[in-house]
Amino acid sequence: MGKSVIFNRLTGVDVISSNYPGTTIDYTKGYLNIHGERAELIDVPGTYSLEPTCKAEEIAVEMLKDGDIFINVVDATNLERSLNLTLQLIRYKKPLLVALNLFDETQHIGIYINTEKLQQILGVPCIPTCALTGEGIKGLVSKINDACTSDFIFNNSQRWNEIGKIIDEVQEIKHKHHTFSEKLRDASIKPLTGIPILILVLLLTFLLIRFIGESLISFVFEPFFEEVWSPIMLSFSELLGKSGFIHDLLIGKLLNGTIDYGQSFGLFTTGLFVPLGAVLPYVFAFFTVLAILEDSGYLPRVAVMTDNIMHRTGLHGLAIIPMLLGFGCNVPGVLATRILESRKEKFIAATLMSVAVPCMALQAMLFGLLGQYGIKGIGIVFGTLIIVWLILGLFLKRIIKGTSPEIFVEIPPYRIPYFKGLIKKIWMRLRWFIKEAVPFVLLGVLIANILYTSGIMQFISRISAPVFNHLLGLPGEASSALIMGFLRKDLAVGMLIPLNMTFKQLVVASVVLSMYFPCVATFTVLLKELGIKDLLKSTTIMILSAFITGSLVNLVLSL
Amino acid sequence: MVTLIDLPVGKKGIIKAINGGHNLLQKLDNMGIRSGTEITKISRQWNKGPVTIRFGNNEIAIGHGMAGKIMIELI
Repeated sequence: MGKSVIFNRLTGVDVISSNYPGTTIDYTKGYLNIHGERAELIDVPGTYSLEPTCKAEEIAVEMLKDGDIFINVVDATNLERSLNLTLQLIRYKKPLLVALNLFDETQHIGIYINTEKLQQILGVPCIPTCALTGEGIKGLVSKINDACTSDFIFNNSQRWNEIGKIIDEVQEIKHKHHTFSEKLRDASIKPLTGIPILILVLLLTFLLIRFIGESLISFVFEPFFEEVWSPIMLSFSELLGKSGFIHDLLIGKLLNGTIDYGQSFGLFTTGLFVPLGAVLPYVFAFFTVLAILEDSGYLPRVAVMTDNIMHRTGLHGLAIIPMLLGFGCNVPGVLATRILESRKEKFIAATLMSVAVPCMALQAMLFGLLGQYGIKGIGIVFGTLIIVWLILGLFLKRIIKGTSPEIFVEIPPYRIPYFKGLIKKIWMRLRWFIKEAVPFVLLGVLIANILYTSGIMQFISRISAPVFNHLLGLPGEASSALIMGFLRKDLAVGMLIPLNMTFKQLVVASVVLSMYFPCVATFTVLLKELGIKDLLKSTTIMILSAFITGSLVNLVLSL
Repeated sequence: MVTLIDLPVGKKGIIKAINGGHNLLQKLDNMGIRSGTEITKISRQWNKGPVTIRFGNNEIAIGHGMAGKIMIELI
């Protein structure tokens, strides 16, 4: 833990880091200047050992072969375990230097490390650092040139004994009484207290996201679009002559002489409002709350508490982390399935997420679509998704071949999130969202306009009407929303609004839309992560389960 | 000797043996869990859930199956 922060400090390249191991699942390259010379620095996935036990660790070991100098970032609060890797690196006989990260925390918990002595024994520079605040980083850079090959000789088969001897010499532990933090650690991992805490945290998370998102929309974004943007667009519309293909493409259709951001469907109106006005506030709210959860160190505890339920779906507790990320956006969610070891787990996690974990963009629009019915509509949709998630999981566990390893995870101590780190992480993810989402929404609006103008959309509506009517009880026009949903779910929901559907139809459409297919961006990532064969399998499962569930919901609500 | 599953929550013990293959031993060893490690059991989740142990400044959750292969002597 902490490599990525140090990497960022050294190179200025932004990488996401969190208070739990395994955040870095791929490598990142950056450059730094050492006395006027440009050096390439590579952030390798974290590993406890050079005898790899998972994919990320294999990557790490593989990459070491090409390195000229190693910077070994160790957790100073866990020196004994960390030295295991240090000794293994020493045997590589390459220039090495050790950064004792989290050094500020050691004294706090009663651990005293004699850095001088450690340096003497290991024969390589050892520099105390605190990556989050940047302390010790300058010292680390100035010592890079001093990195040297260690001449420390030890019996590798007796490595742990050697480590024990070193620890006895350089580390002193003064016993501290049980602190509040430790009591909280215990309470949040014991089922009797931990489960209520988990429920409370999840509830608070949900409420906080809604509160922040809703407030931003009603007090900032909607007023801006209504009061500032609309008048500009109306004058622009005047300029374009209030109609015509170019007008409709850029501004869209005017409803009663004004712009309706959900239905006008122009590039500058709906195309900008959906990602920036309706979805961005929720994405911001989500990433803010998630960042706090990540950096506090609570997520691995969620993994332990939910391990049991996850097991029933052929996954283990750690899979809750990609799932939670998926609630923000399925793309990083699918990427994060790399922390799972087996092919079976990755397939199940990615499929379950695509089917039953609605991303923030979709959720924001569902709130808009069903909000008028209070908790009832939203409740049915989310309830259905939870049930589908479980049943589909039970089913996939049985039919997908392969192994489901057990949970084995380090649980970090609670840490108070470092403010600057939080802001940076939220900003990185928002920037990424804007870069990914806005182009797809604009493209979607463009395609929708072309399909409507050319009459293709109307044609598809007509031929798919029987299926939609009989199975799902939906008007044929709803099929155009599903087509748009391939590109962006949030746009698709907007297309359902003008259809004036009943409550039942809205619920069914929301369920089908949530389940049948992830957006095109997620689909691309799925292709990369699963490969074409598994992606086709996964897609078939998505479409089938969407239509089966949609028909069932339609049946149940018709009773 | 008892397995880690049967060690009562809150009790301390020393790991005496790990009945597993090379992979399991390696995985546990990397985290510092090996014969001779003194551990405290912190919690056990209901219904064959993971076991959490603490040793030194480490806290680690171990799946039920793995925990059943770790033999502990109470102290």
